[in-house]
Amino acid sequence: MNELAITVIGRDRPGIVADVAEVLARLGANLTDSTMTRLRGHFAMTLICTGPAAAEVEAALASLTAEGQLLATVRAVTPDGDVPPAGEPYVMAVHGSDRMGIVAAMTRVLVDAGGNVTDLSTRLTGALYVVLAEVELPAGVADTLIDRLHRTAAELGVEVTLRPADPDLL
Amino acid sequence: MTGEERGPEFGLGDWTPESLDVPGEVRAVVSAPHPVLSRAADEVDPTAKETVQLAADLVATMKVSPGCVGLAAPQVGVGARVFAVNVTGHPKAVTVHGTFVLCNARVVEATRWKPGREGCMSVPDLTGDVKRASRLVVEGDLPGSGEPVRLVTDGFEARALQHEIDHCAGLLFLDRVAGAHAVYQRKVYL
Repeated sequence: MNELAITVIGRDRPGIVADVAEVLARLGANLTDSTMTRLRGHFAMTLICTGPAAAEVEAALASLTAEGQLLATVRAVTPDGDVPPAGEPYVMAVHGSDRMGIVAAMTRVLVDAGGNVTDLSTRLTGALYVVLAEVELPAGVADTLIDRLHRTAAELGVEVTLRPADPDLL
Repeated sequence: MTGEERGPEFGLGDWTPESLDVPGEVRAVVSAPHPVLSRAADEVDPTAKETVQLAADLVATMKVSPGCVGLAAPQVGVGARVFAVNVTGHPKAVTVHGTFVLCNARVVEATRWKPGREGCMSVPDLTGDVKRASRLVVEGDLPGSGEPVRLVTDGFEARALQHEIDHCAGLLFLDRVAGAHAVYQRKVYL
């Protein structure tokens, strides 16, 4: 079974999801995990699909990208399945005045502590920049990591909090 | 929940903002990333003249701000542990204590954590999903008399109190959101 990583991005308009999904469905490509969202007027899709060969999907998406309004990439990937968590789940929240390098500096601190960022989003509204990251941390590092995060945040002039993610099990 | 389980409420009595006996002035609300919003605020003397004026100003500012159910001193640029709350008429409110102002408030009991969507006048463009205790006991002092109070509340009023107590600790709802995709661009402007 082929597994494909597909990205599509373009100026937002109604119908992008329907158009792309329709092309994939017609080819028998099964859409598994995906994120699709609007970022500052651009619609961005990251999809994992199983089914046809990459070249076939690329050719089929060409009908949508021909006008240059949408950009699509298709890449065959190894089907590794779900990756087991590499540690304990935490949420890091950063907010402050926008400036260069906030994501770079803060995620570097996480990585240096053995952390793995599994999900991250940023928002810029007016002067306020917000970074929210979900991260898996090795057991026992959170207490020392928070000090390092605070130091880096202070250098950047932003605020940071790190707290355990608490999933609701029902 | 019964009063016996959580200890008696020594409530607001006949306290109203009018008992402050000073007219409140509307103050400008500051937005993140203003540093005052990220600093733990100072304890106050609830009987001091400036605390009384601040309390009246918070109530006055809250009153002219549509949809505002709570306002903390850091939000008007003052690093003091004082906030006003009024959830009267809010559809999610169960227990309602009317309009009140607390000084030096702290959570003494928090149970039954539930997620909910929050906004903030100081983060005007975003809302976020935050887990808060839906049963809450808070202790603090009344501005003016300085009388200690213990409020037992729930639901939306409990959420509002936790949000304001967080402001006094230098925390925004952004510091408590549930995950990487738990903040949203605000769509409705009141």
